[in-house]
Amino acid sequence: MEVTIQKVVLAAITDDLSKVSGVPAFLAKDDASRQTKAMYLSRILQGAVHDLGDGVLIVVKH
Amino acid sequence: MEYGGAIGLGLLAGILARVLMLRSDYRQYPTYPHGYSTHLFMGIFAALAGAVTIPALLENEWTAVTFFLLVAEQFRSIRGMERDSLKALEDNELVPRGTEYIENIARVFETRYYIVIVVAAATALGATKQSPLMGVILGAVVFMWGAVLTRVETIGETVEVRAAPVVVRGSDVWVGDIHIFSVGLKESQEFIRERALGAILTPKNDEGRDTLASQGQRQAMLHDAASILGVRRDVDSPEFAPQTKRDIRTGRVAVYVVPMDRDEGLLLEMLRRAPVLESARGRARFMRLGYSGKRNPRAGRKRIGGNHPEGGLGSDHR
Repeated sequence: MEVTIQKVVLAAITDDLSKVSGVPAFLAKDDASRQTKAMYLSRILQGAVHDLGDGVLIVVKH
Repeated sequence: MEYGGAIGLGLLAGILARVLMLRSDYRQYPTYPHGYSTHLFMGIFAALAGAVTIPALLENEWTAVTFFLLVAEQFRSIRGMERDSLKALEDNELVPRGTEYIENIARVFETRYYIVIVVAAATALGATKQSPLMGVILGAVVFMWGAVLTRVETIGETVEVRAAPVVVRGSDVWVGDIHIFSVGLKESQEFIRERALGAILTPKNDEGRDTLASQGQRQAMLHDAASILGVRRDVDSPEFAPQTKRDIRTGRVAVYVVPMDRDEGLLLEMLRRAPVLESARGRARFMRLGYSGKRNPRAGRKRIGGNHPEGGLGSDHR
C-alpha cells in the first residue's frame, strides 16, 4: 500500500514572507510571478492551489 | 443414468442463467476477456452443483447436503475475489470507485452464483418430478424471482437531477448556488470556466436525502459519470478531479466534473442511472419512529422537510 500525505499545506507563495510561517514559503512580488510559481509547485507536488486572498497562495495535497 | 436428463437440463439452465447475468454495461467491470471466462467457468461449476443436488436428495443421499454446504462456502469466496481485484485497481484510478461501490459490486457477483445454483436446482427438480418442460418453466420462474429480488434502484427514482451552471467567481468555483472549492491558479480558473459541467441533485423524499448523504454513493456516481464522459485531469492536476459537495442547509448535492466529452445530457443521464448502493439506501423507509414526531405524521414519505432549493430548514425537518 502506498502511503501519502493528505490535507497538508505543502508550500505557500506570498508577496510578503511575514504573512506565512511554518511552511516552505516562496516570495513573489507580483501576481504573474506568483501564478507561475504556484503552477510549477502544484504540478511538482501534485497538489491543488488555493487562494487565501491578501496575496497568499497555498499548495495543498488532497 | 436415471437422472441424466434432469441433471443435464439443470446444468444448461444454470449456465444460461449465468450467461444472461454476465451482460456487461458501464457499471460492471468484467469487460475483459479473462474476467468473462473466469465467471463463465465458475458459473458452470455452480450450475453443476445445483443440478446434482436434487437427484442426490431424492435418492436419500444426505451426504450431498454436506457437499452442498462446501460448495456454498466456495462461492462465498467470490465476493472476496472481486473485492481484491477491484481494490488492486483502485490505487491507479483517476476517479476511484470507492470502497462502498466495490463492496456493492462484489456482493452482486456473489449473489449471482446463488441464483445460478437455485435456477439449476429448480430446473432439475421440475424435470425429475414431471417433465423437462416443467423444469424449464420452474427454472425460468426462479430466475425471474431472482431478478426481481436483486433489482437495483437507480438514483433517478428518488433524486431529481438537473443541470446547473459552473460559475467561477474570483477564485471560487460554484455549481449553481453551492460552493465547491477555491482554485488559486488563473489558468485553471479559465479552464474550468470553459470546460466544466455541473449538476444539482435534489432529493425527492427522505430516502433520496439519505442516499445523497452517503459519501460512497457520491463517489460511485462520480466514477460512473467519469467512466463514460472521461476526465480532463492527470495525477498532477487535482483541481480537475470530479467532486460533489453537499449543501448542508437543504441536503442537495452539487456535482462538478471537467469531462473530456462535454455532453450535459449524457452527464445527467449517467447520474440518474447510477445504481443506489445497498449501504447507501435511505433508511428512512425502515424507520417509523421519525414520522411520529412530525406535526402531521400522515404527511407521508414523500414529504420533504427543508429540501426546497430556496428554503433553509423547514419546521418539519428532522
